[in-house]
Amino acid sequence: MAVIGDSTASTPPTPTRGSASRAPVGTAAEPHRRPRRKRGSLLPVLLVAPAVILLLLFTIAPAIYAVILSFLQVKVGGGLLGGGGTVEVFAGFANYVSTLVDPEFWASLGRMLIVAVIGVPLTIVLSTVFALCLDAKRTRLVGFTRLAIFLPYAVPGVVASLLWGFMYLPATSPIGGQVIDYFGSTGIFFSVANVAVWGVVGFNMVILYTAVRSLPKDLFEAAELDGASELQIALRVKLPLIAPAITMVALFSIIGALQLFNEPTTLKPLANAISSTWVPLMRVYTDAFVNNSIYEGAATSFILIIMTVAATVLVNVIGRRIARRETK
Amino acid sequence: MTTLTQATGASAARDAGPRRTRSGLHIVPTLILIVGALYCVLPVLWIVIAATKTNDELFSTPPFLPEFNGGFWTNMQALFTYNNGIFGRWALNSVIYAIGGGILSTAVAGAAGYALGKYRFVGSKWIFRLIVAAVLLPQIMLAIPQFLLLAKFGMTNNYASVILPQLVSPFAIYLCKIYAEASVPDEIMEAARIDGGSEWRIFWSVGSRLMMPALVTVFLLQFIGIWNNFLLPFVMINNDQLYPLTLGLYGLMIITGGQAAQYSIVIAGVLVSIVPLAILFLSLQRYWKIDLISGGVKI
Repeated sequence: MAVIGDSTASTPPTPTRGSASRAPVGTAAEPHRRPRRKRGSLLPVLLVAPAVILLLLFTIAPAIYAVILSFLQVKVGGGLLGGGGTVEVFAGFANYVSTLVDPEFWASLGRMLIVAVIGVPLTIVLSTVFALCLDAKRTRLVGFTRLAIFLPYAVPGVVASLLWGFMYLPATSPIGGQVIDYFGSTGIFFSVANVAVWGVVGFNMVILYTAVRSLPKDLFEAAELDGASELQIALRVKLPLIAPAITMVALFSIIGALQLFNEPTTLKPLANAISSTWVPLMRVYTDAFVNNSIYEGAATSFILIIMTVAATVLVNVIGRRIARRETK
Repeated sequence: MTTLTQATGASAARDAGPRRTRSGLHIVPTLILIVGALYCVLPVLWIVIAATKTNDELFSTPPFLPEFNGGFWTNMQALFTYNNGIFGRWALNSVIYAIGGGILSTAVAGAAGYALGKYRFVGSKWIFRLIVAAVLLPQIMLAIPQFLLLAKFGMTNNYASVILPQLVSPFAIYLCKIYAEASVPDEIMEAARIDGGSEWRIFWSVGSRLMMPALVTVFLLQFIGIWNNFLLPFVMINNDQLYPLTLGLYGLMIITGGQAAQYSIVIAGVLVSIVPLAILFLSLQRYWKIDLISGGVKI
């Protein structure tokens, strides 16, 4: 995560004035960088305790439990005692193997990637263009358009999907659903991506706009004096400088795509093209709740979590490399 | 829309002044933004219009013209009396989940962020590392494992099962930590100590106040995150009296999915669940500090 790296690096140093006046008392400069806990005050421990306990109970424990489940299998007991009950037995990597050899798993991953390949670049390009337009010198209606583009962020994904669902549906469509097949085998990818882009573009635009606004103004003034046009300033000066923020937007979008669930699930009753295992997360849900095979569902969840973490790290590394090249 | 374009034209002309070298080109950004605004607003506008139509009108009248034959009230009445007024119950549940979860998770994040940002104690470094690592864990993907674990202890299908897993947001704790570091000066804490203030009083009356902008931002982010959440209540709750709006509307869609005769109820439900939140949220917009999210802490 770009933010984390940047901000921990720029941890504000404690003011030198303060430590200078205290310098003769202390033995070294180091201990004064932060206030030491005062005679073992328990307060910080108490303050951090709820977060740590909740984190362990509701994030770490479920993750570990999912890993354990993913290595188990149900065997029908029976034999001489004739109980007929079920017991959980160690299954090794069987659940992982059965997920990984299932062509439907790769198909669901492929469909998710298609939606991502349409949606992620669109989100990044649109939010960047909108942010740069908002910051352009003689733009009008800044307040109104910014608010309007931000509006869909207040609409829950499920509600946005229903809203667009009716826009796509031939019977009610105001945007030519009678002619264009929004729920067709190709159209569906664009339809789902569109709902997702519509929901997040405003939020990302605001993040990028804030990043542009925090750049030092004299940079643009210098470029302007050198005769650079508004467009050149936007593309050659502002754009490279907000590269770290764009990386973050890319990261949010990619993670969002991996977690694609709400939009296809909500559109499913309207669109026959969407199956119950259309994207990986829908497959996990179907495994765990429809097919009652929580063990395979847990294995698939864990595979997805690993993929998300890998994607996060990858985007972060690439983003940093780009940012470093730009600053050179 | 005509008024808008006139306004742009007029102001552009006023602005043009002496340096009008590349004539007209500077309205391009404004035009792009207007197109973007239309893309974002028109679907919402259409749902407002569609909600004024009875079911028959929905399929027979021009899509972007409202109807005034009492369709709006018929739809609202049908929505709020559906299944003994369960829609109102869903709306109330959403408010409970979002406000309750929002306040509690902000308190948890604020306290932890303050402790990690302003104190060094045994294990504080490791706790912070754990939190940074947890930022990477996708919360949505944990919903099903969370259900499996809670189900083992019979703790699903109640308010707590939806609120508790959303109480700790590693990203919110991280934001609060960097904000506390930057906005609560050591000098003020030191001065309060010399005046005999207890550590708790320093936190409560100095630290938490200085952190207020971050706390408001975290609250709004959490509120919206919980309000919009679908998968967690979807797996945790199977009693429709406990559904939030998102799940209720989805259920309504599933039930009425096959029957075009019921579309107007769902459309009315979509409208009712958008408008109040959009108003609340756009009016609170100035209190956000989104620059917190984009990394640089500026005070």
